[in-house]
Amino acid sequence: MAAVFSPRANVIVTVVMLGAVGIVVGVCLWWFAWPRSDYVRHVGWAIQQPVPFSHQHHVAGLGIDCRFCHSSVERSAQASLPPTFTCMTCHSQIWTNAALLAEVRDSLSENRPIVWARVTDVPDYVYFNHSIHVSKGVGCESCHGNVARMPLTYKAKTLTMQFCLDCHRDPGPNLRPLANIYDMDWHPDHATPPPAELMRAYHIGGRNLTECSICHR
Amino acid sequence: MSGPAVIAPVVAPGETAQSLTERICAVTLREGARPWTPLWWWAAFAVSLGLLGIGVIAVGWLFYAGLGIWGIDWPVVWGLDILNYVWWIAIASGGTFISALFFLLGVEWRTALNRLAESLTLCAALCAAIFPILHLGRPWFFYWLFPYPNTMGLWAQFRSPLVWDFFAILTYVLASILFWYFGLLPDLATLRDRAQGQGRRVFYGVLALGFRGSGRQWRHYRSVYAVMAALMAPLVVSVHSIVGMDFAGSAATGWHSTQFPPFFVFGAALSGFAVVLLAILPLRSLLGLHAYVTERHIDVLGRLFLTSSLCVGYAYVMDAFSTFYGPDEADRTMFLMRVFGLYAPVYWGTILLNIVFPQLLWWRSVRLTQPLVWLIGLGVLVGMWLERFQIIVTSLARTQLPSAWGHYTPTIWEWSLLFGTIGLFLTTFLLIVRLMPVVAMAEMRAMLRGPA
Repeated sequence: MAAVFSPRANVIVTVVMLGAVGIVVGVCLWWFAWPRSDYVRHVGWAIQQPVPFSHQHHVAGLGIDCRFCHSSVERSAQASLPPTFTCMTCHSQIWTNAALLAEVRDSLSENRPIVWARVTDVPDYVYFNHSIHVSKGVGCESCHGNVARMPLTYKAKTLTMQFCLDCHRDPGPNLRPLANIYDMDWHPDHATPPPAELMRAYHIGGRNLTECSICHR
Repeated sequence: MSGPAVIAPVVAPGETAQSLTERICAVTLREGARPWTPLWWWAAFAVSLGLLGIGVIAVGWLFYAGLGIWGIDWPVVWGLDILNYVWWIAIASGGTFISALFFLLGVEWRTALNRLAESLTLCAALCAAIFPILHLGRPWFFYWLFPYPNTMGLWAQFRSPLVWDFFAILTYVLASILFWYFGLLPDLATLRDRAQGQGRRVFYGVLALGFRGSGRQWRHYRSVYAVMAALMAPLVVSVHSIVGMDFAGSAATGWHSTQFPPFFVFGAALSGFAVVLLAILPLRSLLGLHAYVTERHIDVLGRLFLTSSLCVGYAYVMDAFSTFYGPDEADRTMFLMRVFGLYAPVYWGTILLNIVFPQLLWWRSVRLTQPLVWLIGLGVLVGMWLERFQIIVTSLARTQLPSAWGHYTPTIWEWSLLFGTIGLFLTTFLLIVRLMPVVAMAEMRAMLRGPA
């Protein structure tokens, strides 16, 4: 009786087995890497806005404080977007005829808010409160990046659950003195209190910050 | 026990390695037989497929409609889902006990039984493995139990027995598949060499993975098989201990007991041996295995069956004893409810089927009366199901807070899932019986040739 398999069968089986292993390994790697890619997380994507507002110009160039526009950040869960009146504080006086600002003027004259597109968002099942973070030493920059360098605003951090937990598990290194919360491109220097001291000063550590109900309510 | 009666031989006299190989190969290959597949097989397969179809519908509707179609609710949050899971995984144990534990002990009656017993293990473990996934509210996230690097920065809760359970089941199922398949290799090679048609030779040839029976291959085969047996034997104990800890780790009445891990191992052994008897007794006639599965095997299985029944009886006694010896009033209330309350028939059914009827096996004449043994085995399978019902449902229905007491009635979708898995079990088992060698020929040949 002739042999069922030719010697070539060994090669085929080996290739198939190695291929199967390769596919499994490849799928695992893809599964690991894909959700972390900036493409999936939309990191670095400038979003189309009704008016091409430049944080770089307003913050770095003119030195306007974050709170001038995001006025409720210290008191509320929402940092809030400014009403058109805030824009008009200045733009009723300067650049009054700029074509770029037509949408802002129309908004005021028609009493219709500008609909800004959201750059940073977390899912609805995440309870995020701005006021607690800024009053406990987390700077704007820690989550929003250096907006003073953004001609058009883009999402700077992944904002995955892992991103949140990395800090909630060890908040110390991300804390800064209250005076520096709204600073951009801030780095601790010799005068900055060490993390442990900042934690004590802000009374952080009495509660387990990784409890589910801290963020999911 | 054996008394003056002559102990039947493990293999009928006159059988040789040659006759054994021919006879077992003929069971699978059936060269020239008409019909090629026996009618009893088709009849059983049709019934199995029907049951499996019910299960497929039940799972499909479950995935579409969600867990609300089941009768589970507060306070009875675990129902037939977990019950069936525990029941099936316990049934799976029989094959591993016979195949791994008794391989290590080197007993001769194990060899004719191990292939069928291991196949039963495989099919039952498959049925068990789907329930933990189905009972999740969001089954598509079942892999969250696995500690993989994720963007949520979350890790499995290693302090929870449910996570240990995930790993125990995964390990057990994978190891069972490997052990079963690895043991098959020499027999698949035999079938490849004996099959007539080209299609069959390729089918068994591919599955045999190039096993040619060279000295080197045998040397590797024997050492790997022994190592796997040595791994499987503790694994079957650990998997059932951890199933017990799923319960014992919780503070529910009647669950928080240190005896649960061994109790679940005893229960597993009992239902495992029961299902092996249930399958072997009819298959012995249907496949013509009388020469290899002799009265000796049935006698031994009957004794093991009786022994594990006594172990389970001990666990029941200790369960009652520790409840009343212990300090917990809620435990005692729950236990009295269990014995005399709404679910009392379940409790007494458990006692009757698992403890009382198997006592008949003390008599050798009963052990060798096959229909009676078969009925006792069937009774034990029902009894073990009832035992899990009283453990899971009565405990949850009578928690520490009387204001939170409730009851549980399974819906048609839970029942259909149970019957669906019975269909899955029978379908896979029948396919294995039809396509794979039903007796481990290589090991039997080695035994018939005697020590080299």
